[in-house]
Amino acid sequence: MPMMRLTAAVAIVLASAGVALAAEAPAGAAACSGCHASSTRVETPVPPLNGRPAADIASQMIAFKAGQRPGTIMDRIAKGFSDDEIRAIAAWYESQK
Amino acid sequence: MAIHKSRRDFLKAASAAALFPMPALAQGAGPKVVVIGGGFAGASAARFVKKANSAIGVTLVEASPTFTACPFSNGVIAGLRPLSAQQFNYQKLGDAGITLAFQTSTGVDAQAKSVTLSGGTRLPYDRLVIAPGIDLRWDGLPGYDQRAAEIMPHAWKAGEQTLLLRSQLESMEDGGTVVISAPANPFRCPPGPYERASLIAYYLKTRKPKSKLIILDAKDAFSKQRLFQNAWAALYPNHLEWVSLSKGGKVNAVDAATKTLKTDFNDYKADVANVIPPQRAAAIAQTAGVADRSGWCPVDPVSFESKLVPNIHVIGDAAIMGAMPKSAFSANAQAKVCADAIAKLLGGGTPGEPRLINTCYSLVAPDYGITVAGVYKPTDGVLADIQGAGGVSPIEAPQATRALEAQLADGWFKTITAEVFG
Repeated sequence: MPMMRLTAAVAIVLASAGVALAAEAPAGAAACSGCHASSTRVETPVPPLNGRPAADIASQMIAFKAGQRPGTIMDRIAKGFSDDEIRAIAAWYESQK
Repeated sequence: MAIHKSRRDFLKAASAAALFPMPALAQGAGPKVVVIGGGFAGASAARFVKKANSAIGVTLVEASPTFTACPFSNGVIAGLRPLSAQQFNYQKLGDAGITLAFQTSTGVDAQAKSVTLSGGTRLPYDRLVIAPGIDLRWDGLPGYDQRAAEIMPHAWKAGEQTLLLRSQLESMEDGGTVVISAPANPFRCPPGPYERASLIAYYLKTRKPKSKLIILDAKDAFSKQRLFQNAWAALYPNHLEWVSLSKGGKVNAVDAATKTLKTDFNDYKADVANVIPPQRAAAIAQTAGVADRSGWCPVDPVSFESKLVPNIHVIGDAAIMGAMPKSAFSANAQAKVCADAIAKLLGGGTPGEPRLINTCYSLVAPDYGITVAGVYKPTDGVLADIQGAGGVSPIEAPQATRALEAQLADGWFKTITAEVFG
């Protein structure tokens, strides 16, 4: 079937390109950078996440979720994630430069 | 684009791959992604596809070399910031290895998998992202066409129209009436008409205090409604009036010559009229066959691939995203998920189930911000709210909270525009 062959061909090209695929972000992680700047040059009161210790990010998120830390929007967003999802996102941000 | 391979040539090359490995790469042609539209959705998608795998050839097709952002453009209308603060270019996208085609896309051949540009070029793709935003429906409101928009601006695409509405407000004599017509759902930026009304009321209160603003609405409910209405009662009791659908607010027709907006019960004669007309996905989405009869584009909630045409993904305002509103934050968040899904699909993988977030800031006054947030996941074929998450700013809150949200709004705009264009 042509479609299968095309997909396979593209996969070969990608796999042999010798370029490392970016580490896979866990579900939800991509959205954070809409407010948490990846670049430290951006002037914003919102703290950066890249390179921050995972335990730190996760404990803040879990506190937001439990209503133990008053937030502006983070308390509302944290409630959309399980503790495991939060820990996966936190670990991924720790690994980001 | 130096190489234009037909699909048949590409397939030939593909089947030759076993004998002669990587003929495509030898010609400098990895898999190709074409992105139509350079707004928050499209420009983000182009950047993040390239970031996910630099071997993918990415071409961004966008008519204008200057992007003018809609978020915060209500501040331009109210004289709080210059239009230049809304404007960005694509230089950093070019630096990132994205091919920029400043042309209009005129056709999509889904069988041959190619896009035709206004200059006649055909761009082949393995995956196409359509992120063209909205078109205003010039057939959607009797009396409102492109000529009428020069007299009664919509200012719902930022740029000249934004400046036209601002200059009309500046020329209006004190004691004048500003009328905003707000459309039925769905439309770009659900809280937008109400933020605009708020900031224009702020301008009137501080600069032309004998004037007033009336919102004529085709709806009975709107985004962040209680927050807006409480703020209006506190800040603009003499300057802002909202007329709901059930109170006769739906505008049925306009007359540009007399700046009159007609409802079932009244003719409203405006000194400045801002008509926000009904909308649909931009024309190229209709041309490509990815829009349904509603005028918008149904998509798979995991990869955002069109439910109507394979290998084409639709993101941003043009797409039907279930519970996600048509916002810049949503567009950018969808783009990042879509980019990862495309990189995975091109590599022979399967995209995982995403989680998406939206956050929308609105300014009721320069130092008074309010928000709505949501978290979403695919449920029964659409993106649905995750129950218990999201919602609006507290209904009761000290001014310090409102001032902080106004500061965070400013930080958000700088952050998202840096991610997309910086």
